Amino acid sequence: MMSVIIGLGVILTLVILFMIFRIASLVSVAKGRNPDEVSPNNGVHGILFMLFMVLGLGGFFWYSYTHFDAYTLPVASEHGVVTDRLFWITMGITVAAFVIIFAVMFWFVYRYQYKEGRKAAFYPDNHVLELTWTIIPALVLAVLIFTGLRAWNDITSPASAQAEVIEVIGQQFAWTVRYPGKDNTLGNVNFKFIDNFGNDLGLDLSDAKSFDDFKTLELHLPKGREVLLKIRAKDVLHSVFLPHFRVKMDAVPGMPTHFKFVPTKTTRQMREETGNPEFNYEMACTEICGRGHFSMRMLVVVHEPDEFDKWKSEQETWLKQNPGYIEKIPANLREMARLKAGITTEQAAKPVLAAGGME
Amino acid sequence: MATTQVTTDTHLHADAHGHEHEHHEGNFWTHYIFSQDHKIIAKQFLFTGMFWALIGGVLSLIFRLQLGFPEMNLDWLKPILGGWITPEGKIDPEFYLALVTMHGTIMVFFVLTAGLSGTFSNFLIPLQCGARDMASGFMNMLSYWFFFLSSVVMFSSLFISTGPAGGGWTIYPPLSALPQAIQGSGLGMTLWLVSMALFIVSTLLGGINYITTVINMRTRGMSFTRLPLTVWAFFFTAIIGLLSFPVLFAAALLLIFDRSFGTSFYLSDIYIGGEALPHTGGSAILFQHLFWFLGHPEVYIVLLPALGITSEIIATNARKPIFGYKAMIGSMLFIAILSFIVWAHHMFVTGMNPFLGTIFMLLTLIIAVPSAVKIFNYVTTLWKGNIRFTPAMLFSIGLVSFFLTGGITGLFLGNAAIDIQLHDTYFVVAHFHLVMGTASFFGMVAGVYHWFPKMFGRMMDDKLGYIHFWITFIGANLVFFPMHYIGIAGFPRRYYAFTNFETFGGFSDLNALVSAAAILTVGAQFIFLFNFFYSMFRGRLAPANPWRATTLEWTTPRFPKHGNWPGEIPAVYRWPYDYSKPGAKEDYIPQTVPFSETPESNLPHENELIKLEGNGHTAIVVEGKH
Repeated sequence: MMSVIIGLGVILTLVILFMIFRIASLVSVAKGRNPDEVSPNNGVHGILFMLFMVLGLGGFFWYSYTHFDAYTLPVASEHGVVTDRLFWITMGITVAAFVIIFAVMFWFVYRYQYKEGRKAAFYPDNHVLELTWTIIPALVLAVLIFTGLRAWNDITSPASAQAEVIEVIGQQFAWTVRYPGKDNTLGNVNFKFIDNFGNDLGLDLSDAKSFDDFKTLELHLPKGREVLLKIRAKDVLHSVFLPHFRVKMDAVPGMPTHFKFVPTKTTRQMREETGNPEFNYEMACTEICGRGHFSMRMLVVVHEPDEFDKWKSEQETWLKQNPGYIEKIPANLREMARLKAGITTEQAAKPVLAAGGME
Repeated sequence: MATTQVTTDTHLHADAHGHEHEHHEGNFWTHYIFSQDHKIIAKQFLFTGMFWALIGGVLSLIFRLQLGFPEMNLDWLKPILGGWITPEGKIDPEFYLALVTMHGTIMVFFVLTAGLSGTFSNFLIPLQCGARDMASGFMNMLSYWFFFLSSVVMFSSLFISTGPAGGGWTIYPPLSALPQAIQGSGLGMTLWLVSMALFIVSTLLGGINYITTVINMRTRGMSFTRLPLTVWAFFFTAIIGLLSFPVLFAAALLLIFDRSFGTSFYLSDIYIGGEALPHTGGSAILFQHLFWFLGHPEVYIVLLPALGITSEIIATNARKPIFGYKAMIGSMLFIAILSFIVWAHHMFVTGMNPFLGTIFMLLTLIIAVPSAVKIFNYVTTLWKGNIRFTPAMLFSIGLVSFFLTGGITGLFLGNAAIDIQLHDTYFVVAHFHLVMGTASFFGMVAGVYHWFPKMFGRMMDDKLGYIHFWITFIGANLVFFPMHYIGIAGFPRRYYAFTNFETFGGFSDLNALVSAAAILTVGAQFIFLFNFFYSMFRGRLAPANPWRATTLEWTTPRFPKHGNWPGEIPAVYRWPYDYSKPGAKEDYIPQTVPFSETPESNLPHENELIKLEGNGHTAIVVEGKH
């Protein structure tokens, strides 16, 4: 029904336009207007351009002011405050330049529209003027560049040794998180160890550091502590995007990447700040990765540091959840694996489910 | 010595021209299809470009329906899209990705590269330089037919059962290399690569011709400093294309190897579809470097011709010399050089070494300086002008407006620290659609309105042109300006729907507005199409020089034959921007008028040149003083 109405509207418009067009061109032929004369309605465009400028700038300022909260995301990381400040400084400079040039341009368009008998000024160049508007933008840019460079260098500098290391793994179309466990060191991985039975992370079971690693499907972060996200992908490119933390970094198969940041607000604090009791931090994918690209959501939770430690200590290790893999561990390391993974002897004695069918 | 050669060449061409007449007249195939006449080839590029613009525009409407009206039942598209509409009446998510991919590919390469450069470089370089044709008419013909072949291959990929390429127009591997990752990376991607390879051949054949023609085939007196800015822009564009497109060819070739012959240039450590692939040691980032080594210059390949066209149209219709002719050339040269060393600003957050990020950020922001100079020069050209609002002039003013609106947001994206948040959001979409998409499109349309009388010997209807402009101008602003807000709010691009995230929950009103404005804007292009084809056959016959312009193309007959000028090629005595010169009888002095005929308006250094004019052979040695 909708499409029929739209279709009819389009046809009607076309017919009307064609009629207007025919009448107008017949009239102008009848009047015998010379095609290279300037149209008597020339000035209409000058007025329309002024209207466009005034309404355009008015609309821009009105919407930017009234909807400010709708399009700005609250910030929840230390470096995010810095990049937001840079963003708004740049916004101030560009909006000022934009408004001035925009207004001046359309004013000239209006002011200097064709008038019979007037002659335009022959003004081919002015080196002083040209130098001025080369140097001024260059200076302004220099300021932007240096503030930007400083922020960028801080953000990309190496993480401290105390940083909380967390691994994020992208695959079509979900994220997985791996925590290093009590030893605070992630075990080695290799994509050749990935299987369909439980080792979806490709853990290298000959590496003792992997025994206490655990995986989750939510990203839990401590407030006020430096977090080092280690990022990798299993199949195609993905990109970790944490909008409230101003974090974005691609996940690349074959090339681990990383991003360090400090969360500054817990989920609870954010709920109070936004007045939205349902508020949740989220992680999205921002590199096209296929059919489900738009649905790669992961819940992000920021805790107070002690809560985070408690939460972390309560998680079951991957090995404990997949005890069948104990058999894949070299014999001399199995005892250690049981200890690190927190597996009691009874559990280990249970029949191995996952082992069947593995290579 | 050089001048003697030029004269000899002229005679040779004049002979060839007379000879060709016998063959060309009457034979439909050699005249209209396999023509070697640059004007016919330009029209072939224009028609093909318009066809592609229509396809690209309609594709964007389909995905804008999904984004703007996610609840809408799209069953009525089934007759065209068939299985790509799900039983629930929605667009298939994978087809959505194919739509954005093909929209980007078509618009960037087929419309704004081939359609814009192909049309106007071909049409204007010989006419404005004063040459009978391109350096090699045969290569020029091949250039079009490679483009045509490339178009056929790309077009056919729209109709295969697995759909066209769907990995984004940037075709980043591994997604584009693995058919198991997305259907479009099967046959669709193969066709995309084949088509682009043919396209690159076409671009190179054209580019070599443009460069050679500009360097070698200018008429007597047409020194480089007397070239119109259009020709300068086409010249720089061709050089950029010649240096950067081969790199895309290499990138595509390596991707073909990875896809079909088991190499690992871009692939490493991949586990997909339940198995670990044997590839190791490749680098996905390598492809991005190679791609953007073309991809960024490509922005200027698209934009510079539009800026050149605009310079010409604004000067002509403001009845003023373009302000800072040399600064305009200098800034284009500077942009052309810088365009090769800023590519990695597309890759700040791809895991590239952050130190590289600092270098590329520095270089990227520098490019804002020549761009700003260009804008200031346009604005100053309008100052104290006597502006006639022809449709071409309106579109040129529109271009400057979009170039400003879109260009200024480059300061955000070029700043690596700010780009972290904005990368791959709608802010980027707004930025490049305004600064290179819409701006270049406006340049192209302005060019068509301006040179239509020369192309077809008839005038387009200006009233329809005005309606076309105002709907398109306001529509395009409404399409792309709101995207800034959506982008600042963090909405990622290439998302089929935003329903899965609380963070991206809002803005359904703005998205609906954008889609409605897009429908209006694309709809308005039919006014243009009607005007174009109607005027081609029924338009009023064009006067010799309808815009009272100074450049050489307006000295040709209304319907120029192959060879352009029936007699000798006119000589050039002055720069192309002698508009409203103090003392002159008219408000313009064509380039073909010698200074000896205009003693009333000559500047002191121009009087010096009169001595040299009597002898046309030496005129070429003199570099103009403008």
